[in-house]
Amino acid sequence: MFPYLRLGPFLLQMPLLALVVGVWMGLTFVEREAVRLKLNKEKISSLVFYGLVGGIVSARLAYAAQYASVYLPNPFSLFSLNTNTLLPEAGLVFGILIAGIYAYRQKLPLRKVLDALTPGLAFFMIMTGVSHLLSGNAYGTPTRVPWAVYLWSDYRQPTQLYEIFFALVVFMIVLSRMIPTNAPGLRFVQFLSLSAIARVFIEAFRGDSAILFDGYRTAQVVGLGILVVCLALLRNWEGKDEHESKIG
Amino acid sequence: MSNSRFAAWMTWALVFGMFWTVVSRVSPDQSQAQTGSVPKEGFTAPDFTLSLLDGGEITLSELRGKVVLVNFWTSWCPPCRKEMPAIESVYRSYKEIGLVVIGLNLTAQDSKQDAASFAQEVGLTFPIALDLDNSVGTLYRVTALPTSFFIDRKGVIRSVIVGGPMNEAVIQSKVEELLQEDQ
Repeated sequence: MFPYLRLGPFLLQMPLLALVVGVWMGLTFVEREAVRLKLNKEKISSLVFYGLVGGIVSARLAYAAQYASVYLPNPFSLFSLNTNTLLPEAGLVFGILIAGIYAYRQKLPLRKVLDALTPGLAFFMIMTGVSHLLSGNAYGTPTRVPWAVYLWSDYRQPTQLYEIFFALVVFMIVLSRMIPTNAPGLRFVQFLSLSAIARVFIEAFRGDSAILFDGYRTAQVVGLGILVVCLALLRNWEGKDEHESKIG
Repeated sequence: MSNSRFAAWMTWALVFGMFWTVVSRVSPDQSQAQTGSVPKEGFTAPDFTLSLLDGGEITLSELRGKVVLVNFWTSWCPPCRKEMPAIESVYRSYKEIGLVVIGLNLTAQDSKQDAASFAQEVGLTFPIALDLDNSVGTLYRVTALPTSFFIDRKGVIRSVIVGGPMNEAVIQSKVEELLQEDQ
């Protein structure tokens, strides 16, 4: 765990830095893949940019909307570097929506675009694990297994390391195109389904899971839902070009 | 591996995943509530007793039932100085409905006189606790100033903000969320 680094008057938040590196390096992978897939590199970069900026702004606005009585009299308080006043779920949904609207308006081929984004997203997942490792977030349940790590006053499952390991495996699979595809969009579906499986598996060892109902962990239920959608997409998209399939 | 074989593997993974999700459910007697006192969201705030600038002592665990903001600061730290008026303003607005602010001065890195003159200059009315030997700073693993811990009525740390300055809206939103919760 290494959450902060002081450089003179500046306080570097290392977990945030890991995410920034994830975006930066991820974008490099995206641009490379876009060129390989004969997509307009600049348009794909813009799509990522709009998605990111839109996501961050939406996350802040959604947080402020929760506390409208606080923010309405002080609208300038919206402009703050504080990452604690963001609603990440809203940022994710609106970020995807804004990127989707941009892709639609630019008439970008959705499935090919998703394939272009895949290596970048896979790399970002690795850096998300690194970010958790640096912050000590997403920690595991107390355990006595020999490979346990001492964190937050107990020996715990090293879930952050599991996260990095599985993300690395998924990244290697999608980057090396280990599993052949016969239609656009399937590389992305492979990435999504492998990541969902990893999440369902690792979540069982988490000590800070959000609980949905009756003891079920939210991330596992969402992961299973994503897996079902991926299976439907695999069957629908397999062997078909973009204009032939019913979805996308 | 072909696509159809991949789909078949994914189907098996889905079946296994459903089984895994059921067996790894959190049972009622194995709650996700964290045990131990650690300066981290979700854990009980480590207890401390410190002397106050105006005399007397303050013990964190005696404040159960109230929402507590513990703000680590020193008088020479510019963002600490900048956010203090906002903290004071929020304290005045919410103290009647259960907010306690502890301005925890890291006196080992500051001086009692400088802390006192700054508190007077800004007109701070909340208690200023003096960490003379940095023991509480160490206990809370304070690596940067200012650092603020928002603690709920049960004594659980709900939010940690490292660095600053926090504006009034940030403090208000964190405090309001906790004040709205039942005891």
